[in-house]
Amino acid sequence: MILSLLIFLPLIGALVVALLPDNQHIPFKWLTLGVAMAELLLSVVAYTQFDQQQAGYQLLEQADWITLPLGNLGVVSIDYLLGVDGISLPLVVLSSVILLIGVLSSWTIENRQKAYFSLYLLLSGTIMGCFVALDFFLFFLFFEFMLLPMYFLIGLWGGPRREYASIKFFLYTLLGSVLILLVMIGLYLSVMDPVSTAVMAGLATDAASVDQDLIRLVQAQLADMHISSSQIVHTFDLRYMADGGNYLPNAFLSGAGETTFWGIPARMIAFWAVFLGFAIKLPIVPLHTWLPDAHVEAPTPVSVVLAGVLLKIGGYGFIRIAWGLFPDGGAQYAQTLAGLGVLSIVYGGLNALAQNDLKKMIAYSSVSHMGFVLLGVASLTSEGINGAIYQMVSHGVLSAMLFLIVGVIYDRTHDRRIDSYRGLLQVMPHYAVLTAVAFFGSLGLPGFSGFVGELFTLMGGFQSLWLPGWLPSVAVSGIVLAAAYLLWSLQRMFFGPLWTRDGVESTLTDLNGRERLMLIPLGLLALLLGLLPNVLFNLSNATVAQWLEKFNV
Amino acid sequence: MQTDLLCSLIPLFPLIGFAINGLGFRKVPASLVGPISSAAALASFAVSLMLFSGFSGQPVKATLFDWISVGSLHINFSFQIDQLSLLMLLIVTGVGSLIHIYSIGYMKHDEGFGKFMAFLNLFLFFMLLLVTGSNYVIMFIGWEGVGLCSYLLIGFWNKNVNYNNAARKAFVMNRIGDLGFLLGIFLLITTFGSVEYTDIFEQATRFAVGDKMILAITLLLFVGAMGKSAQIPLYTWLPDAMAGPTPVSALIHAATMVTAGIYMIVRSNVLYTLSPVTLEVIGVIAIATAILAASIGLLQNDIKKVLAYSTVSQLGYMFLGLSVAAYSSGMFHVITHAFFKALLFLGAGSVIHAMSDEQDIRNMGGLRKHLPLTFITFLLGTIAIAGIPPFAGFFSKDEILAHVFLHNKALWGLGLVGSAMTSFYMFRLLFLTFFGEFRGTEAQRHHLHESPATMTLPLIVLAVLSVAGGLLNLPGGGWLSHFMEPLFAGSAQVSPEAFGHEIDHSTEYMLMGISTAVAIGSAIAAYVVYISRHAVPAPESAERSGIAKLVYNKYFVDELYEIAIVRPIRALGDALYNFGEFIIDGIVNGVAWIVRAASAQLRLLQSGSIGFYVFAMVFSIAVIVIVRFFVRF
Repeated sequence: MILSLLIFLPLIGALVVALLPDNQHIPFKWLTLGVAMAELLLSVVAYTQFDQQQAGYQLLEQADWITLPLGNLGVVSIDYLLGVDGISLPLVVLSSVILLIGVLSSWTIENRQKAYFSLYLLLSGTIMGCFVALDFFLFFLFFEFMLLPMYFLIGLWGGPRREYASIKFFLYTLLGSVLILLVMIGLYLSVMDPVSTAVMAGLATDAASVDQDLIRLVQAQLADMHISSSQIVHTFDLRYMADGGNYLPNAFLSGAGETTFWGIPARMIAFWAVFLGFAIKLPIVPLHTWLPDAHVEAPTPVSVVLAGVLLKIGGYGFIRIAWGLFPDGGAQYAQTLAGLGVLSIVYGGLNALAQNDLKKMIAYSSVSHMGFVLLGVASLTSEGINGAIYQMVSHGVLSAMLFLIVGVIYDRTHDRRIDSYRGLLQVMPHYAVLTAVAFFGSLGLPGFSGFVGELFTLMGGFQSLWLPGWLPSVAVSGIVLAAAYLLWSLQRMFFGPLWTRDGVESTLTDLNGRERLMLIPLGLLALLLGLLPNVLFNLSNATVAQWLEKFNV
Repeated sequence: MQTDLLCSLIPLFPLIGFAINGLGFRKVPASLVGPISSAAALASFAVSLMLFSGFSGQPVKATLFDWISVGSLHINFSFQIDQLSLLMLLIVTGVGSLIHIYSIGYMKHDEGFGKFMAFLNLFLFFMLLLVTGSNYVIMFIGWEGVGLCSYLLIGFWNKNVNYNNAARKAFVMNRIGDLGFLLGIFLLITTFGSVEYTDIFEQATRFAVGDKMILAITLLLFVGAMGKSAQIPLYTWLPDAMAGPTPVSALIHAATMVTAGIYMIVRSNVLYTLSPVTLEVIGVIAIATAILAASIGLLQNDIKKVLAYSTVSQLGYMFLGLSVAAYSSGMFHVITHAFFKALLFLGAGSVIHAMSDEQDIRNMGGLRKHLPLTFITFLLGTIAIAGIPPFAGFFSKDEILAHVFLHNKALWGLGLVGSAMTSFYMFRLLFLTFFGEFRGTEAQRHHLHESPATMTLPLIVLAVLSVAGGLLNLPGGGWLSHFMEPLFAGSAQVSPEAFGHEIDHSTEYMLMGISTAVAIGSAIAAYVVYISRHAVPAPESAERSGIAKLVYNKYFVDELYEIAIVRPIRALGDALYNFGEFIIDGIVNGVAWIVRAASAQLRLLQSGSIGFYVFAMVFSIAVIVIVRFFVRF
């Protein structure tokens, strides 16, 4: 029930806002704020109800949604299936925090409030849907639907080149979606739902009486082709897709890997297709060029949500779908994949060094920091995967903070160039302190969350049986680069004698209450996670341990 | 249980001090700021003394909580109290307290006084974590934390762009070293499956001398030490770090933080003893650093820069001691150096204070009449560092050189050369500052005054320690080497031959005699040049030739780094942004353009003419039939 609420509360909110008359007296932002606060509350409740010792999915909700018998093609079954585990729950909580901060940051949106907040709520609901859906079809639905509000939020409320940026974002992500869609259909055709199939094949009277032994029996019968194709119930259930026993023999994506294209097993191609689909989202070099453009043009709150939450769907997709459903692909190409992660780390860092636009610099630093996620996942170690999840949450908090910081100065002067300012510390001391906190957190200073994320993804890289030691060794240079570009920017903007390019010193007021309300909690959160990393690791440990069992073979 | 509490109290006091003065910046009354932060430091010192006096000789471990558990790896938040951490505790909190008190006098009139004291407390906190942590990760946290404080305090006067550059340089260069440290930690985990000292060293005793993995680990850890303790090639940040207020130079960049590298190696002595190759590498780097820095010090004219190069050089001596497995000698020099170098820096601060922020010794002279206390204490510090008996520096440096003599005569000879330079540049500094005629402006002359008691008191205490510090470890089996002996049990076990060299007494007296003669000889040389002949270094604008130019400009190492490393990396970033991104985006936009162009052409087919459609249909059917005819499928 809780997970449904998490999804539908904002969706209903979006609908309500859309149906309300477009009247300036209606407090759309207060309504949105209320929804966002309720969401945070709900996710906290979900957190407290979650049993951290258990590895499997919890808070499950399931309902039949679409069931279509197609004769010899079997039965189509799409479920409304929700659940969380130690991988998705941290991201759910993170999303609710960032989305709430995003609402506060949207407070200054003046034009077309109704449309803005309606789209914002739609975005919130679809994001939550992505993280809790356990049916691939349902996941994909949310995943695709997310594009719509994002496209308009950048395209309508963005900067001067917003149209170019929003179309680029849209097409890039759509390309990824197409790849994911193809694999999803392939998987669907290859996987059965053992429970419903047991019922259809007459091995059980109803779904409730199916136990583990019976599932093993069904799987054995399937492997021996004792079940006729009309009795096989196909499914989008990610839990079943993750179990090799449920793959039809001779099916397109079966584990045997008999189907090949140009000598490459279909499963490997499918792995690369979903990988690319999510790699665009993360993003991974060289599929990242939409990100700097989207960030630079997006309004501050959209940047906050984009960096804080949306990118994480890429990393989540890696763990849940790309590696989760195709462990063989993840193991076989570990080195190449980790190499791509390292490339992102170094390439993003070097590009960040070259920026003069503060927002663009932070966008490239995101590319660099997300590279650690890929490195951690590709390492296939407990340290690496836990570290990747940790790094996603940490980056969610810190990047949200960083983009808010850009917003603060942009709101005042409409100029984001680093070399337009000097000595801001003297007029905006609180702003300077919080910027320093965010920068030092981002560059991985121990005590803040960034350190733990980087430490463990790198440690995973070293511990990995799949990776050579030089890969993580190269990745470590990303940490020096981060110190270089962040401290250089800090120095250029905040230290030295006070000076601005356009003589706008008088507009430079220190943080107001709303800005503090956004920045201070995020800073404290980064500190808390950095001081007590077990808060997060305890959540993910058990799930990750179980997840890794696939790779022990 | 009681130890647990005491252990956590030690870093807790400065943290509380930081919280009060930092969060309450501009709200805590200026008269309370100093007492609060100094009390925090003194309280830690008192607790350290309690631990020291109650120490039974057995290491005590206090585990506060399980900090990180991932998979099979557990990292505890825990402290380890043993001989080494106790010594470091006493130095850090003891010298730290004195410098806190000194700072009250020195920084009171600065508008950022509260912030300054808060940062000092924060530094103490991280430094105490560094030396008391029971595993490498806690050490690393402290390690990076002191780096942060160093950054904040070097750039404390942040309106000055050069100071900010120095701060950033210090942080980034330290970060480069930290990468080595971090990689070393990763290898430790892969090799030993733990980061706890006790686990690792226990397992390490089962390794053979010369093990490849240990070689890699020790080299990587040493890279970390190079950064923090300013050894070639990562030393250039330390002289620049003098941009920070003088108490910072004394506390962080002379007495405590920069010795963290030595602490780390002494802590890991088992691993280093297992890897003689690493020790050789350290020896070469150490002696090169000691001589290079000393030679630069000969021609510097900024009172703090001379002391900074001297610090780099003395750190070289400490590593030199470690490189011949004379770990306790290295630590002995850490202790005496903390006394006399803190004294010298604080004395320099007192001079700068009196001279209205003048730091160029060419504009000083004759100050002994105006600053008698500062002069006397500075003189004692100079004698101590120059290595003249029976002052502290003599014993510790001599002990290192004696061990080096047994190991390698050539290294010993070079060490002696460095020792001669040390004595020369220190007496040069002393003579130019306190003797001769005053060379400053009239305004400065009027302002000259002895510093207040908060500043002179620490000078007196440190002077006494600099004079008497040698008593800690008198030749022929002093207290210190006996006290530290249990730390090296593992080392002695894995490689007994690296230890237990006894120097026979006649050799020992001979070596002492030689180094004393060298030190006094250099001092006399400096006397002849700067007192008898009244020489004053040439002004900045003077044309220097050949070697003098090279040395005066610090061998152009900064320029070399700028050209060989900094600029290429920046250029690479720019190139990637301008070309790499251009190419990737070009492909993306190119695909979009092709699609659009193709669709523009295809659109023309939809002409609306029925005749054309029918023609296209018939034509297509014909093509299909023909293809079917030739290709069977």
